[in-house]
Amino acid sequence: MERTLTNYIRALRTAGAGVSTTEAIDAARALELVGYQDRGLLKMSLAAVLAKSQEEEVLHDRLFDLYFSYAETKPPRQTQSEGEDQEDSDSASDGSDPDSEGQESNGQPSNGQKQPGSGQGGGSGQDKTGEAGEDAPLDLLELAQSGDATRMAMAMAQAGARADVDQIRFATQVPYFVRRMLEELGAEKLDKQLMAALDERTEEGTARAEALIEARSTLMRNARAYVEARFEVFGRSASEAFMNEVMMDRSLGALTKSDMERMKPIIAKMAKKLAAKHARRRKVRNRGQLDLRRTLRANAGNDGVPFEVIWKTKRKDKPKIVTICDVSGSVARYVRFLLLVLYALREKVTDLETFCFSSHLVDVNHDLESLPFDAAMDKILREVGNGSTDYGRAFTDLSRQYDSTIDKRTTVLILGDGRNNNGDPAMGIFQDIAAKAKRVIWLCPEHPASWGSGDSALLQYKPFCSSLTHCSTVADLEHALDDVLLAYG
Amino acid sequence: MTHTGLEFAGFESADTVSARLASVGYISTASISTAVYLAHHLRKPILIEGPAGVGKTDLARSLAQSMEFPLLRMQCYEGLDESKALYEWKYGKQLLYTQILKEKIHHLIGDADGLDESFKKLAGFQDLFFSREFLEPRPLLKAMEQAGGSVLLIDEIDKSDEEFEALLLEVLSDYQVTVPEIGTIEAIVPPLVILTSNNTRELGDALKRRCLHLHIDFPNADLEARIVRSRVPDISERLLAQLVAFIQLVRDENIRKLPSISETIDWAKTLLLLHADSLDPVMVRNTLNVILKRQTDIAEVNSQVDQLVRKVLTEQAESA
Repeated sequence: MERTLTNYIRALRTAGAGVSTTEAIDAARALELVGYQDRGLLKMSLAAVLAKSQEEEVLHDRLFDLYFSYAETKPPRQTQSEGEDQEDSDSASDGSDPDSEGQESNGQPSNGQKQPGSGQGGGSGQDKTGEAGEDAPLDLLELAQSGDATRMAMAMAQAGARADVDQIRFATQVPYFVRRMLEELGAEKLDKQLMAALDERTEEGTARAEALIEARSTLMRNARAYVEARFEVFGRSASEAFMNEVMMDRSLGALTKSDMERMKPIIAKMAKKLAAKHARRRKVRNRGQLDLRRTLRANAGNDGVPFEVIWKTKRKDKPKIVTICDVSGSVARYVRFLLLVLYALREKVTDLETFCFSSHLVDVNHDLESLPFDAAMDKILREVGNGSTDYGRAFTDLSRQYDSTIDKRTTVLILGDGRNNNGDPAMGIFQDIAAKAKRVIWLCPEHPASWGSGDSALLQYKPFCSSLTHCSTVADLEHALDDVLLAYG
Repeated sequence: MTHTGLEFAGFESADTVSARLASVGYISTASISTAVYLAHHLRKPILIEGPAGVGKTDLARSLAQSMEFPLLRMQCYEGLDESKALYEWKYGKQLLYTQILKEKIHHLIGDADGLDESFKKLAGFQDLFFSREFLEPRPLLKAMEQAGGSVLLIDEIDKSDEEFEALLLEVLSDYQVTVPEIGTIEAIVPPLVILTSNNTRELGDALKRRCLHLHIDFPNADLEARIVRSRVPDISERLLAQLVAFIQLVRDENIRKLPSISETIDWAKTLLLLHADSLDPVMVRNTLNVILKRQTDIAEVNSQVDQLVRKVLTEQAESA
């Protein structure tokens, strides 16, 4: 398979797109079919074959432009003639290597490419074979001064391959790889020449030294540009994935504004994962219970002989969630995330009611549904957030005004620290709510050590909750919501 | 490539696909044509995703029409199973068969004496009870049986159960159907398979891997105008430009169910019926329910109709 293509597939994998071997083979077949000559066509073809979702398509679009913008766009000439549609294209790509003749233009022995498993990610040793021969030691000074962009790009690509630049993962590795590349280019010799020229202490020597310094910085610039371009392809998404992993376990209370923006795609992804996990059938077959009426009707045409048996089914409950959020100062940040996840889950949880309170309970459904999320949150915090927290009042309001929202299908999800300013916790009413609902799940952003300390009434509420969990990171949130949805499995 | 030739010879390039589709009134984009071209040559199904009403189903219909292949359509829904998708036995006929057999049996083995002899004779007869004669092919099997090729449309695959996806895998990757009592039935000519999904649930990886992926989104103004023109040829250029510009603006509004191409076409037809030659706020208000399907969306846009129409008209005047 084409090395250019396998490397590109590796870049896609690093970026988090799952590309299987079959897809890699399909990509090679597609490449054979469309060839390199039409860049737009190639891009769309690879998108159709390699990207399996809209997100992967976006990823592919970005990577394709980055990857094929570099020197490697130069087509091996032979491939173009293969662009015709050939009936035997299938058989060609199945086992044998259709591209082996195309490799000669690179001046490399083709044995390195013939591994049948090259679709599985290229690996590290991909390039060691061809380069060892180094035709002639590069005259770096001449190269740098010639201003020949193609030759420079070639030299950079070769040195880059030897220095394994494609292994780059983090932006902080850029200087290291630039240095490795200079070593591979043979800059050491250049340095020696430079020292020698300086030691001469003649005018001519100084002039030569200046030229050498100039050449060195040209090489350095080019190497850096090359490494940075490779980082965009191979490293950026890897380090982003790493950052995202870190974010999952950061306390939501400690997030900065810029972190918030980063969280949004993470949360959208998490919501999607949750939705996919719980997207089971709502109907479950009740094995062994015959639906007599429907069986008779279905088999009327067969003289009543029951060829086709129909079993009784029962429907499972759809998730119904009533969320009650404390939006007073300390908890408000967490509320934002919980609601963000819940509303990202909208297609899964159609039955969702949200109430917010500080001093009294407010139905915020309308705001959240009609306004963009951030605007809705700002409005809620502005209108509801500035009172002294009164949990007792909130539960009283709920049972008086919105009594009908809670039934035996409902999960009541409470997010708050239970700090009641020493007011009446309205235990009786809370008990009634808990008895009526399917489950009551309380998420507390405070560390368990401080539960019940000071004015916190949390421990009083605890016995009536189905579960009371510490929830301060996105990972916690995911866990909690997973638990909520599981009850409707 | 000659368009006059009746026989469908294959797609030579992505452009051929576009031309073929255009000849039956489907305005294709480069990515759609590329996907069809690849599907045709790589023999892979296409999985089309995108919002409702952007022409996913229509693509299959137009492809069938342009290739002059029969279109076999399978609408997916919750609870769809193999007896409705692959095949079913013709129970009634099987019953009749056994009754006939009962009546005729003494003619057939009448001259045999003894139980052993009769059984031997019976075993000699072809077992017809589970045979092709009693097999009722459903869309998937039917597609396998089309000698001249076909287009198989599996519509709204996301509505079916996960188990059903597994059932499809054999059809999608090997173009064959296995009937336990008979054996494996291979496709005479592999059909061009098109699956559509509205993304109401995440499809399984196994299914996705077997398909080419194509995402069709709302078209840009230019493409949308071309599509409407091909479907509603009587509309005046002026009105067409205005209504497309209006729809594009509406898609930027904060509404739940965005109007799609089918709504644009319906609206164009409606306005034509009302003999409109230019948008005006009153008429737009009266016909909003053609493009918007939710009461809250209608209310939202209704309050801005004047402003939007004015914007459309001034933009058109400027560009003219």
